[in-house]
Amino acid sequence: MKRHSSSITHHASRITRHSSLASFFRAIAAIVWKDLAAELRSRELLSAMLVFALLVILIFNFALELDVKTRATVTAGVLWVTFVFAGTLGLNRSMAIEKDRGCLDGLLLAPVDRSAIYFGKVISNLVFMFIVEAIVLPVYSVLYNTNLFKLGLIGVILLGSVGYVAVGTLLSAMAVQTRTRDVLLPILLFPVVIPVLVAAVKASSGFLQGLGLAEVMPWINQLIVYDIVFTAVAFMVFDYVVEE
Amino acid sequence: MIQVRKLVKRFGLKTVLRGLDFQVQEGEFVALLGPNGAGKTTFLRILASLAQPSLGEICIAGYALPTQAAAVRRRLGVVSHMPLLYGDLTAAENLVFFGRMYDISSLDQRIDEVLELVGLAARRRDLVRTFSRGMQQRLAIGRAVLHDPEVMLFDEPHTGLDQDACDMLDKILRDVAARGRTVVMTSHDLARVEDLASRFDVLSRGVITASTTRSKLGQSNLLDFYRQSLQET
Amino acid sequence: MEPQPLALKILNIVSAVLLAIAVWLVFFYAPLELVMGAVQKIFYFHVANAWVGMLGFIVAAVAGIAYLRTHDMKWDIVEMAAVEISLIFFLIAIVTGSIWAYPAWGTWWTWDPRLTTAAILEMIYIAYLLLRQGIEDPDRRARFGAVYTLIGGLSVPLTFISIRIFRTIHPALIGTASAASQGGFDMTAPMKLTFFFSLFTFSLIFVVLLWHRIRLGRLVEKVEQLKLKFMQ
Repeated sequence: MKRHSSSITHHASRITRHSSLASFFRAIAAIVWKDLAAELRSRELLSAMLVFALLVILIFNFALELDVKTRATVTAGVLWVTFVFAGTLGLNRSMAIEKDRGCLDGLLLAPVDRSAIYFGKVISNLVFMFIVEAIVLPVYSVLYNTNLFKLGLIGVILLGSVGYVAVGTLLSAMAVQTRTRDVLLPILLFPVVIPVLVAAVKASSGFLQGLGLAEVMPWINQLIVYDIVFTAVAFMVFDYVVEE
Repeated sequence: MIQVRKLVKRFGLKTVLRGLDFQVQEGEFVALLGPNGAGKTTFLRILASLAQPSLGEICIAGYALPTQAAAVRRRLGVVSHMPLLYGDLTAAENLVFFGRMYDISSLDQRIDEVLELVGLAARRRDLVRTFSRGMQQRLAIGRAVLHDPEVMLFDEPHTGLDQDACDMLDKILRDVAARGRTVVMTSHDLARVEDLASRFDVLSRGVITASTTRSKLGQSNLLDFYRQSLQET
Repeated sequence: MEPQPLALKILNIVSAVLLAIAVWLVFFYAPLELVMGAVQKIFYFHVANAWVGMLGFIVAAVAGIAYLRTHDMKWDIVEMAAVEISLIFFLIAIVTGSIWAYPAWGTWWTWDPRLTTAAILEMIYIAYLLLRQGIEDPDRRARFGAVYTLIGGLSVPLTFISIRIFRTIHPALIGTASAASQGGFDMTAPMKLTFFFSLFTFSLIFVVLLWHRIRLGRLVEKVEQLKLKFMQ
């Protein structure tokens, strides 16, 4: 192919091609960096998630009369409902940003594998989830005078969030491309993510009730299997969701 | 540079492109004209590898679509009527992001050049959200030329721009074309396109129905040619 | 529209006759169960309905995968047909199950794995229909539908396993000692015959309905085609 030499085109020689795996990870890192930089500036996604999460906890306080006795049994459930609701808000917003100025097309035009886009979005969404969880946990601990800082519980929350976000990112990419995009995500997401939630709630409440690792382990194993299965399948079908 | 043979695109039962043939030589500036709903945007989206053809062969810069999409994407710069930019990032950050997606080395220097080219060097630290429509569109062109593509696709780039912004855009478009790039642009603004492009193709009912070059057109009016070609079909 | 093929016409009649026989078997051939009495008879059709629901669920997931591989619209029609049939039959299974559960367990509903999974499956189907409703472009509708049935097809068995680990009070099919104590029962030979006959009859009804629904899907497609031709 003939190259034209001009002040713009001669830079082509400087545009080097890195190995494909390195550029795959570079693309993922670029997407995560972009999401975090934009969020750091606007803070609209995180603040919405956080305020919503705190409101959910407040409402549960009235709805369930969270006295000491009930608290022990329902804390895990309340926590996960909070994360799930706040998470939906974040997932929706995170994908809507891509759709607003046609940015999703911009991502698809880049010479990177579509799975890099998927994993990039998953990691950004996970970071948002983790930040919200890192704030909700101490607030809940203080408000209800229970210690939630148990290594096991934190591990379960991390694992559960991975499975939830893996499916959620895929379905949010679907939801933003529909006419009913604002309401569709929770309807699509909740019924299919139940296995992850059941295992996560069970494992969390196991740790909260002070059960031994041996008793909680089956749930954690399940959680790990679900994380892997859902991530793998979502990654395989993501192409069909973004490509026409 | 671009070869399209017997391209068919169906959306469900609706056939939008019906066996379209299209060739562009290296360095040509082709304006695709046609009424609304003729399939211009669909055609451009297929060339841009954003949509899959139902049937037919496409070859851009020596690579086939959709099998060698990644190679085609490296050589392609696309500007649509949407800016494809992030509002909460600055002009420079947007270019940094897309530069990383294209894996461009010595990116900082390249961004300086591109911002200079589209006349936004002074606004590099401002959020894209605060930009006027014209500035966003100029930055969108900056984004599209960042990786120094051989082929550029413009889908109605003048949409929603005022007179000044249009003139500015035309200046950049001429600049881009003057550097030997192959350009395909859709438009329904004949007056604007008339002294930009070197070739004019009319897309109607899913096929190219007429084609002329500026030299063939001579002193006669592009509007007359366009009307005539639509009446014939 | 081409007339119904002969095989389908025959199947229409055969399935109607078989259904009549199945009803007769249930009421007059199968003996009265000792513990539960007449209400046990609902079990023959209840299980058969749930079985058809399962069939539809599997057909939908397989059709979804087939669509993603081939991009052939016929698989989308099959998928949609299977989902609709499965939705209705699971609903019937849930209602008949409740009618049986009230005298047997003393409650219309329990959060047992099978019941819960069936309820979640219904929610997934409704979400699926809402998803399709929100998309104009038929290609995208088919693609998203297929992806969602695939995710659902993966999630539902996992849900079942997850909830199964809680203790269940739903009777196992062929009675074991523990099942009997929970409201299960041993089946005598005539009971078994009635049971498997119902199962076969409903499987046939599933095939007939699926066939009709696919023909309907094709008809809808043809109407759309004519509409497009007329408008152009």
